[in-house]
Amino acid sequence: MKASELRRHFPILDQEINGHPLVYLDSAATSQKPVAVIEALKHYYQWENANVHRGVHTLGSRATDAYEGARETVAAFLNARSTEEIIFTRGTTTAINLVAQSYAQSVCREGDEIVITPLEHHSNLIPWQQVAKRTGATLKYIPLQPDGSIRLEDVEATITERTKMVAVVYVSNVMAVVNPVKQIAEIAHRHGAKILVDGAQSTPHLKVDVQELDCDFYAFSGHKMCGPTGIGALYGKKELLENMEPIEFGGEMIDHVGLYESTWKDLPWRFEGGTPIIAGAVGLGAAIRFLEEIGLDAIDRHEKELTAYAMERMSKIDDLVIYGPKEERAGLITFNLGDIHPHDVATVLDAEGVAVRAGHHCCQPLMRWLNVSATARASFYLYNTEEDVDRLVAALLKTKEYFGYAAG
Amino acid sequence: MQLDDLYRRVIMDHYKNPRNRGKLEGEAITIDLNNPSCGDKISLQMAVEDGRVKDAKFEGEGCSISLSSASMMTDAVKGKTIEEALQMAENFSGLMKGEEAEFDYEDIEALSGVNKFPARIKCATLAWNAMRKGIEKSGK
Repeated sequence: MKASELRRHFPILDQEINGHPLVYLDSAATSQKPVAVIEALKHYYQWENANVHRGVHTLGSRATDAYEGARETVAAFLNARSTEEIIFTRGTTTAINLVAQSYAQSVCREGDEIVITPLEHHSNLIPWQQVAKRTGATLKYIPLQPDGSIRLEDVEATITERTKMVAVVYVSNVMAVVNPVKQIAEIAHRHGAKILVDGAQSTPHLKVDVQELDCDFYAFSGHKMCGPTGIGALYGKKELLENMEPIEFGGEMIDHVGLYESTWKDLPWRFEGGTPIIAGAVGLGAAIRFLEEIGLDAIDRHEKELTAYAMERMSKIDDLVIYGPKEERAGLITFNLGDIHPHDVATVLDAEGVAVRAGHHCCQPLMRWLNVSATARASFYLYNTEEDVDRLVAALLKTKEYFGYAAG
Repeated sequence: MQLDDLYRRVIMDHYKNPRNRGKLEGEAITIDLNNPSCGDKISLQMAVEDGRVKDAKFEGEGCSISLSSASMMTDAVKGKTIEEALQMAENFSGLMKGEEAEFDYEDIEALSGVNKFPARIKCATLAWNAMRKGIEKSGK
């Protein structure tokens, strides 16, 4: 693949920001959308829009086919055993909360343990804090190495016979580490625990096979992988989902309703109360087809090359501190530039047309672990080029110069 | 978009040499406020007596805009009556919306450029919100 050619699929990239061509380096927050996805949304609303699962009319069937077709696309993409294992949600956060409230809250008792890591995004931390508070279970953290990576011997030492649930991020949105989730799943299962993988930052970038990982639950969002916002999915092993109670009641998830008792639909609809995000699912299906056409392996390779190039160029900037491992990292670089606050860095970069993230990245405990209040982050995707990296480096040098001058 | 609109010399001066940084001795109202979207935080202390802000100091972490704003605010508010301080906070939020506002502490006007950088307005208003909350807390 050639990123410079792929860019034509993303019309948003072809604009000037503050007088400079846009360099978009915030894909870990949300990715840009290709024409194929924008057109799929348009086509759905223009020709197929109706509510699903209830219309007897033709449009109702078209909408249902489009929505359930997207579920098949997601199931195949993750290599789930069946579409019953794919529940559409608003995104990663909703998916994790569903597992926390429906599964973990019903199996955890006082004295049990829930194991997570200090790398977790708030979305994969607070739901478990809440489960621990409500059930009396203990929340335990697998310790990190100085570069943010996890050692399997520490996983072994943290997970015990008391552990009921392990929830771990696949790719860290701050440290860029790729966690050995397959091995962690094996350790969790050996102790009788279940494992949820937060796939928000992995699904867009590398080939995921839930059967190979042998995770019990896997959560991801569409908007970080070229799809629309407001749609994501939870994968869950069928035997677990079958024994879980819904947490949202009404609308689509209903089977028989009596005055005082009701029953639920089969999987996966049992967990999809209300009118679902139909267009979102259609857009997610289109995003997956787009990514598969390019190939997840090719995307992964491109990002690795680009990140290596960026690491090499950025490590030559004096006073620039890069967090996370030097090698074996995902396609994002979190950094600080001397004592210039990351907000100030991001504002100067924005003035140069370069969009990066600045702040705590929804990882406040990790910021404290790093001993910083905030960081800046450049994150790459399939449409980024070496020229984007060069522009970032030039803008960082300008930031140093500007603050040197302005402070003088 | 001109960076110099945002980073005026006077702002950088307050950032590099903040006024009133530290803790107050004796009795004081303490307000800890953070900006949950970016991690900036301020701990503001105010001594309010006889309806006047006698003294104010702050500690915290943040960018040049939030810290220089805290430096200016604590300086400007000293000796003011509660009504005057609240009015100043009101004027400051006007300034952030691009309205004309005059301050007897002129450095504050250097922050007027922030209104052209919507993403940074929250940085500039953090200390002022803390001051407002502090006055509410003092119950006067």
